[in-house]
Amino acid sequence: MEHTHTEKHEGGGTKEIWKVTLILTVLTIVELALGFWMMGMPLDSSLRLAVKGAIVILMMVKAFYIVAYFMHLKHEIKNLIMTIVVPLALFVWFIIAFLYDGNSFKNLRNTYDPHYKEQSTIKVEKKEEHKSEEHHSEEHAKPTEEKH
Amino acid sequence: MSSTTTVTPTKMWNGGKSPFNVEYGKLMMWYFLMSDAFTFGAFLISYGTIRFSSNGWPDPNEVFKSFPFAPEGMNAPLVFVSVMTFILIISSVTMVLAVHAGHNMDKKGVVKYMIMTIIGGAMFLGCQAWEWNHLHHEGAWWGSNPFLNHDGTASSTNFTNYFFTITGFHGFHVFSGVIINIIMLIMTLTDKFEQRGHYLMIEKAGLYWHFVDLVWVFVFTCFYLI
Repeated sequence: MEHTHTEKHEGGGTKEIWKVTLILTVLTIVELALGFWMMGMPLDSSLRLAVKGAIVILMMVKAFYIVAYFMHLKHEIKNLIMTIVVPLALFVWFIIAFLYDGNSFKNLRNTYDPHYKEQSTIKVEKKEEHKSEEHHSEEHAKPTEEKH
Repeated sequence: MSSTTTVTPTKMWNGGKSPFNVEYGKLMMWYFLMSDAFTFGAFLISYGTIRFSSNGWPDPNEVFKSFPFAPEGMNAPLVFVSVMTFILIISSVTMVLAVHAGHNMDKKGVVKYMIMTIIGGAMFLGCQAWEWNHLHHEGAWWGSNPFLNHDGTASSTNFTNYFFTITGFHGFHVFSGVIINIIMLIMTLTDKFEQRGHYLMIEKAGLYWHFVDLVWVFVFTCFYLI
């Protein structure tokens, strides 16, 4: 266990902790601001998609700051960083392959299953949304047949 | 010149040196967290796949719009989940401060910051319990989805199934993290680490706790924001 005492701990001072706290707080506030801004946008606008992309990028930046500074990975030696980060790189393929597959399944179903496509365009009357019937739906939480 | 630069890294693995320069337990914690990351990743990617394959999806701002003690029918989207997010970030910060105090062999500091971290974790769990209870009262549970899609069409139960499974799995991690932190606090108070001469266990518990915070960053974004 003697090597543990020679472990280097550059950085990681309280100053760095508060700096990262500030960065994480600001990033979260920006994310929330984008979320509020997005609410008024039409569903299929490309701006909405762009804002979602921006939120995902901010999420990755937050993840970097937590792993690098709070989990101290940035101050570890390169061997350790690589043994953690390289396997996680598989996620790039993992995410692209599966999301592409999901999207492709949607397109195939909409093309070849007209019944499915028709079903998903029928609007439901807004009986559930009104507050006046809330206690009513509470009692019958189970039997509400919403499954399609 | 190039031979000297290629020789140095290979010597790292020739023995007599610690190639990762961390103790065994910390390295194993990293590997455990990596496997846990793949578990959560698989959950979230599965959620993404299903969402990408659906023609409609509920609007999170419609589903998560309430706040404890708020008047009936109040519309406050994103507010409650922001509170939860900040609670977890702050408890992560107090955890780093506990680890930092451990480096300086400052027992009082470790105790203080561990207590703050535990309180933060308990507050987060309380918030989640309230939210689950609230959604359950609205009729949402595994296999039952009272919410409509964004465009007013009928929604499938995929939304609630994924929401309760993934936030539940995360909440379970928070719960075990709080238990681990309580054990660390007891060990600190009984001078276990003073006798060992180091506070490395606090660092391992800290890694786990930060991972829980990290996962929440992804869950929060995937379910509440986009």
